[in-house]
Parts: sequence; C-alpha cells; structure tokens
Amino acid sequence: MSNPSTLFEKVWADHVVVDETPETPAVLYIDLHIIHEVTTPQAFSVLRENGLVVRRPDLTLPTLDHSTPTTPVSTFKDLLVAGEGAANQVRQMQQNCEDFGLDLLGYGSGKRGIVHVIGPELGATQPGKTIVCGDSHSSTHGAFGALAFGIGTTEVGHVLATQCLLQRKPKTLAVDVDGELPVGVTAKDLILAIIGKIGVNGGTGHVIEYRGAAIRAMEMESRMTVCNMSIEAGARAGMIAPDETTCDYLQGRSRAPHGAAWDEAVERWRLLRTDDGASFDKSVTVDASELVPMVTFGTNPGMVVGINDPVPDGSDASFRKALDYMQVESGKPMTGNAVDIVFVGSCTNGRISDIEEAARILQGRKVADSVRMMVVPGSEQVKKEAEERGLDRVIIAAGAEWREAGCSMCIGMNGDIAQPGQLTVSTSNRNFEGRQGVGARTVLASPATAAASAIAGFIADPRTYS
Amino acid sequence: MKPVDKIRSRTVVLPTRDIDTDQIISARFLTTTSREGLGKNVFNDLRYNADGSEKPDFVLNRPESEGCRILIGGNNFGCGSSREHAPWALLDYGFEAVISTEIADIFCNNSLKNGLLAIVVDNNTHQWLLDNPGADIAIDVAAATITLPGGKIVEFGIDGFAQHCLTEGIDQLGFLQQQTSTIESYEENRSWKP
Repeated sequence: MSNPSTLFEKVWADHVVVDETPETPAVLYIDLHIIHEVTTPQAFSVLRENGLVVRRPDLTLPTLDHSTPTTPVSTFKDLLVAGEGAANQVRQMQQNCEDFGLDLLGYGSGKRGIVHVIGPELGATQPGKTIVCGDSHSSTHGAFGALAFGIGTTEVGHVLATQCLLQRKPKTLAVDVDGELPVGVTAKDLILAIIGKIGVNGGTGHVIEYRGAAIRAMEMESRMTVCNMSIEAGARAGMIAPDETTCDYLQGRSRAPHGAAWDEAVERWRLLRTDDGASFDKSVTVDASELVPMVTFGTNPGMVVGINDPVPDGSDASFRKALDYMQVESGKPMTGNAVDIVFVGSCTNGRISDIEEAARILQGRKVADSVRMMVVPGSEQVKKEAEERGLDRVIIAAGAEWREAGCSMCIGMNGDIAQPGQLTVSTSNRNFEGRQGVGARTVLASPATAAASAIAGFIADPRTYS
Repeated sequence: MKPVDKIRSRTVVLPTRDIDTDQIISARFLTTTSREGLGKNVFNDLRYNADGSEKPDFVLNRPESEGCRILIGGNNFGCGSSREHAPWALLDYGFEAVISTEIADIFCNNSLKNGLLAIVVDNNTHQWLLDNPGADIAIDVAAATITLPGGKIVEFGIDGFAQHCLTEGIDQLGFLQQQTSTIESYEENRSWKP
C-alpha cells in the first residue's frame, strides 16, 4: 500500500495521462463531458476551423438548459419566448450535435434538463469519474465522489478534441461537518453557513472534501446541494466519499453499470475514501447542530446570516455598497423584508426533494397576493416525477406557477427575470448584483424558506410553517 | 493566440472586492455564438443607465481612462461563473492585463488561455496601485516583473507553462494534440472504462 491518500488524490492519480512537471501541467483524462448551448458554440467553431472531430461522443452528454424558455416548446417559434439570441443558440446547439454525431438530450427526449441535474439522474455521474462542463456548478457531481469542476469554453474545445485537459494539481481542504442538522435546517442552510464561515474565496485553489456525521446522514440530493455551491467558496471542486447511500441512488439508473459490471464498479467505489492518516492542506470544522435556516443579505453568497439574526455591520466600501444595493440595514434581521418574487429551482435546489419540500409548506396554503412564485423543475424527469406525485397540483392550488425545466431565473438568460428593485427569494446559488435582472435584489435560501416567504409575503422562518 | 510579452499602459482602478464575472459580462449577453464584440457590454450595468446613457462617475467612463489597458481590481477578482465571455469582453474592450491580490481560479485559467494577463501581486504593491490610479506601469511577462513609475520593480508569480505559452503565443490545444498516442495508450490500458 502506498502513502495514505485523500479521496481527491486517488481520483486525480487515476486520471493522470502525463505527469505534471515544473514546466508543464498534468494531462488529465476526462470521463464525462456535459455540454450545453451557451458555453460551447465557440468551441465547436474551433473544431470546424481545425477540421477536428469529437474524440469521444460516447463520453459527451449534451443538453439544452441555460437559454431555454420555461414555457412549453414544440416549434422554433416557441423558443423565441426567451429572445432571438437564445433561440438561435439552441438551434445552433442542435446543429452542432447533429454535425458532430452527438446524442442531444433535447426537446422530445423526455430527458432534457439542467446539466447538473440530468448527469446524476441518468446515472452518468458516478464515483471515481472525472467530470467537467462549461459551467462552474459542475462541482455538484462531486457529491458522488467524482472529481468534477467547471471549465471555460477554450477547455471545452480541448475536451471535445482530446478528451483531456491540462491541469495543475489543486490543494485540498477538509470541511468536517459534525453533529446532526436540527429539524427545519437543510443542506442549503449548511452550505450557506460554510461559505459564510470560510468566505467566497476561502476555497480558492482547493478541492473541498465534505466529511462527518451530518454529511453521511444526508440523502444524495442534499449532498448535491452542498457540493454544488463549492464554487461559491471559490473552490475548484467539492467531493463526498461514496457509500451505501450513493450506491442505492445509482443502482438501476439507465447509464449506471448493470449486472456484473455493477458489482465490479461497487467494489472499486468502496476504495474511494480518504485513508486514515492522509493529510489535507487546510481543514475547517462545522457543528451542524448549531445551525439555523440561513439567508443572504448582501451581493455574494458569503454575505449570509441566520434568518432571525441581525444583519452584521461593516465599514469597508465593498460591504456598504452591497447593503445599499440590497436596501438592507445592519442590525436588523432579514425576516420581515417584503418579497416580490419567489423562485424555486436551479441546479442547487431544482430536484424532486426540493420541489417536495416547497410543496410540503405550500400544501393547503396560498401564496401572498403580492408575490409571484415560480417553481421550475430541474429536468423533464423531475417534472414528470413531481406530476406523478401530484406536487404540481399542490403548487398550482397555492397560486404558484409550475413551469418547464431549465436554469430559468437562476441566470436570467431566458426571459425569466426580476425587475429593477424587486426582491426575489431564490433557491439558486448566486445573489450577485444584476444576476436575476438589472437592479434585481436576490436573497438566497432553501426551498423551505422560499416557500414560507411566498406565503408570508415577506422573508419568513420556515420552521413556523411545518 | 498572438504572443504577449511586454505591456506598458496607465492603469484603471476598480477597487471593489469580489468582482464576479456576472458583473464583468451579464448573462443576457451570453447568447452570442462568437468571441468578438463583447467589449461594448463589459461592466454594462456599472457603465450604463437603464436608458443606455453612460454613468459619468463610473471609472471607465471618465476621460482619463481612455486607452488604459491595465485594470487593477479588488481582491478575489473574477469569482463566480466560469463564462469565458468575461476575459473575451475585457480583451475586446482593450484590456490586456488584470492585477489583483487574488484572482478566481476559473477566470484566471480562461484569461491566460486567451492572452489576458491575470496577475497576482503582494498586498503592498496592490495597495500602491489602488492608491495611484492612472499610474504608468510596465509588465514584462518573460521576466515576471512590473515596473512602477520611478523605476521600482516588483516580481509576480506566474505558472511557467502559462508564461511560456503567452510569450511564444502557443495554442494549448496544439500541445494536447501532440499527446494523442499517450492518450490512446491510457484509454487502452486503464483498469476500468467510463
């Protein structure tokens, strides 16, 4: 047995095609490349200009999510709801996939959805894989013990052409989450608290491994929420060692191994854990039992506070600028701020358990007259499953909108945006200035907090609605 | 990529911390299928009012910023989204270098692959640059140095491979393609197949 290694180091070592040297980065092999319409057009152009093909279409998973409308689409004209540029981008993606022999999970497939929702639900996301996508929330797939990270369009081209990337080995950061999450406190609250603790640059240059009792106790969808927002702490990736929960989730999914291959895979996955005695470059400990529902008050995900706690004070210009933009005062809690829009969805919180959590609070209640609430499933399969369980009827009966799958208001590329000054309680991942529309104010929260706030008409503690 | 070796310019200072790539180029401009033409939208919401008129107080709209090719940003510049449109927009606008105390990983990678220098300097140098907007400075990529007005030279760290690619104008895709036989052999010999 070699030296004790971390989970990250094992996955990294397994994919090094050419070793790193002081002069050159490692050549790292990529097992799964998920692509979408927004960050690939220029990469396909490079392939065309150089007469190149996609090296491994079988390891490439294309879909449409970022600039797609959340209204039904059956013709090209329907795409125009999201704007002409967005519609053309979708059409170009369809053309690129056809020209390069890629099996697009697009309209009519029943499997279209947000890149980070469909990878896991198809079983394509698996422990020990390297997974990349031209989208920073690729860290989501790390919940399975994969090494998954976001890349730019130039690198998308590299992977399409060679199935490899040039990478320097990142450092490692252990985040140990001890204890048990209190009732009414979710994975979203945990990751917001972690980002608040280590800062939006606390993970820069590092791959995080989330460990500890609270992580082990989580279902896969909660683990995905945690890993999803690793990038919001600046981290390259976030990982969780696979276990029984991981295997239970994957078994039987269409792209997961079957039969003897399944047994072999599970044997291999069991070794994917940090060895006793392995060391991390940095480590942080969080006590889950002390946590409460969290909301953001500023313009980055690290500006976060307990839902009933006062917004902190700060004197530096960037902090003041953020509070001015948000029209929020230091010393007062976020509860009670009037809400205009509530958005439940995104790669952070657009899975079936998230929709279920929102529906549980909406059941038998009404969204406040002053609030527009949109519920956007993360994929067509999530939508179908929610409808089979009758969650759509609960959502519609409460007065919320039940829409088609996509990224929607998380990124605001498809016409789903807030107007200047409007406050949105959003289950997405970024509260940056203008992210959800010019001048739009975003408060990040869990699906439970979002649903509670929709009913109250102001930011509300979900624990009073259980 | 054209080689990048020496840059000399006055600086523009944007001291805000945690400038994210959404602020550099808003998602509503990402429906393009080209790399060109994004400069007019760089920092759009900071530069323009809703009616399209310029915000006169924003640093890029001030006359003294005209022609400046080096941007000094607050700590943790370029955080958030992986959109490569951010360095494309900065380059298209005319910037050739961004300097901060910390630059987010993906933005940094994307920048260097497009010939936009993303440089991390020490706190003292950064503070001096923040306090002296419009300073005429010279960056030497091969030497990994910045020469401040008055002749003081400060060094900065840069990945050796990125430095080589920048100064020689090397396209990293070409470098990867040279590894094809090694990649093939890796695919054949690995202990499991994805």
